[in-house]
Amino acid sequence: MNELVIFLPLLVPLCAAVCLLLTAKSIRFQRIGGVVGSILTLIASSYLLWQTDVHGVIVAQAGGWAAPLGITFAADRLGAVMVFISSLMGAAVAIYSLSEIGEDYIRKFFYPLFLFLLFGVNGAFLTGDLFNLYVWFEVMLISSFVLVSMGGKKNELEGGLKYVCLNLLASALFLAGAGILYGKLGTLNMADLSVKIATASEPTWIISGSMLLLVSFGLKAGVFPLFFWLPASYHTPPVAVSAIFAGLLTKVGVYALIRAYTLIFTPLFGEIQGILITISVLTMITGVLGAASHFEMRKILSFHIVSQIGYMTLGLAFMTPLALAAAIFYLIHHIIVKTNLFLVSGIVIRKKGSDDLARIGGLYKSAPWLAALFFIPAFSLGGIPPLSGFWAKLGIIQSGLDIGAYVSVAAALGVGILTLFSMTKIWAEAFWKKQPEHAPEGERESCGDGHIAWMVIPVTFLAICTVVIGLFGEPLFAFSERAAAQLADSSEYISAVLDAPETGGHE
Amino acid sequence: MKSMILHQSGRMLFPWLIVLSIIVLYRGHNLPGGGFIGGLIAATAFLLASLGDSAQEARRLLRCEPTTLMGVGLAIAIFSGVIGVFGGGPFLTGEWLPGFKLPLLGSVHLGTPVLFDVGVYLTVIGFVLHSAFSLSTLSEFGEEED
Repeated sequence: MNELVIFLPLLVPLCAAVCLLLTAKSIRFQRIGGVVGSILTLIASSYLLWQTDVHGVIVAQAGGWAAPLGITFAADRLGAVMVFISSLMGAAVAIYSLSEIGEDYIRKFFYPLFLFLLFGVNGAFLTGDLFNLYVWFEVMLISSFVLVSMGGKKNELEGGLKYVCLNLLASALFLAGAGILYGKLGTLNMADLSVKIATASEPTWIISGSMLLLVSFGLKAGVFPLFFWLPASYHTPPVAVSAIFAGLLTKVGVYALIRAYTLIFTPLFGEIQGILITISVLTMITGVLGAASHFEMRKILSFHIVSQIGYMTLGLAFMTPLALAAAIFYLIHHIIVKTNLFLVSGIVIRKKGSDDLARIGGLYKSAPWLAALFFIPAFSLGGIPPLSGFWAKLGIIQSGLDIGAYVSVAAALGVGILTLFSMTKIWAEAFWKKQPEHAPEGERESCGDGHIAWMVIPVTFLAICTVVIGLFGEPLFAFSERAAAQLADSSEYISAVLDAPETGGHE
Repeated sequence: MKSMILHQSGRMLFPWLIVLSIIVLYRGHNLPGGGFIGGLIAATAFLLASLGDSAQEARRLLRCEPTTLMGVGLAIAIFSGVIGVFGGGPFLTGEWLPGFKLPLLGSVHLGTPVLFDVGVYLTVIGFVLHSAFSLSTLSEFGEEED
């Protein structure tokens, strides 16, 4: 029965999505089903997280065929915590969507697609097979393609087209890389790949395969110079959609990078470390500079996703136990904070009809509670103590100092200051200054017409999470260290996968 | 404009395509074929009807919403996986009925993988037809935006 634990975070959203697909008529049922489905997913994934932390790596072979031939699922601490935090975001955004997502979207199957997206994201975190990772990426991407262009407005289709083209390119590169590895090593099971690469004789082919995967994962994560699809598409769909995208999708790419270089390509890491550090630093800098040049809340926030991704890959690139732990802590903190900031921008749109900073103002006076709700995630993103972002950045910088990477550390500190600058820009423009009287004309955007409480509840909840992680971050950092230790010594994962017995009855 | 040739040949081919798709679906477990390709063949039958006649006619032949078909197909596929869990194995474990003989088909083996393929078959039909009908009746969907 132990194996069922790992299937539940996948089966629950899938079953919920299918139920909603079959009951398309009732708008009310769709809404309730979307929220209940994502909350049940959250419960299933918290159980998985608890079990993984207690029992170590949990492995299941769907269909009962043993690895490396079977369909392997494996949950270590990193995978389980990612599933948990994604499901948490899923639940928060589902509640938020009650207020924002209107009937026209629900008739086009918003909630089934949303649950399929969660299904794909959770699957990507739990799979133990490189090809299945590709399949989960596709499940996730196809749902997101539809969600991003569902409204059918011109700018949505434009953003959607860029998003689709670039991600299809990434998928093609992924497939090519996986094909090369399979041709040379005869396996795609991650644990088995790890064993075979350690003793492989033709490093040229394996390096080229790993490089294709690096480009593909990098494109999905949005690192320099492959990030441009992200700010082009994240500000067009409804806020609930862009919030879940901002929270989860790029982080799946980061997760894939971490998994690839701590498990599969460990022997090759020395050759790639320099590249990875350079890419990370450039990602941080270009992201934050891009944000400085924009004047629309969701665009600024999109560029900050790029810049923050740089910190996480920098943690991976340093590859010390502390750096890995900090990268995992950073992932968790960032998913919560970024989703929350996008959700706040939705409330701003609801209040002011726009999130263009030139056209809005005076929110501090008219809605001081909203100012507080923005302040917490924004200054956590900037790394102000005692909020969660401070500890995340501290970990990365500390580990950089330990290995003497002073240039990267200086870049990380500089980017932190610029992040803070951009957050103060939003603060000063949207909240502090008076509502401009002769604001430039523009189309009035709408942000749903449901009760605003459904927006405020998840935003408040996520802000409380940020504060709690900041003030009492010790248990979470200890957990990240345990997860990083599991990554640094991959033997537990490998033996758990390869020694799992064959259980099924076969024809 | 309707083409007489397409209209008539579509009507004649319709039952044959459905039968062919079921044969391909059935033989797929050990031979080339399976739920995916079978579903595509079945969907072409409806697409022919939609091209030769009209999308309404194809919808009438289908008798239900394509999305319902997708939902039912996915539900069947999940159910086929859950049977394995009740049998004590992990999700998707194959469980088989004892083989028996039928005229024409020879020895028949039915099990959860076949059921899974049936789920895939229905999902593929539903997906292809949902996309095709959305495209062929684009004005219905496009109008509400402007």
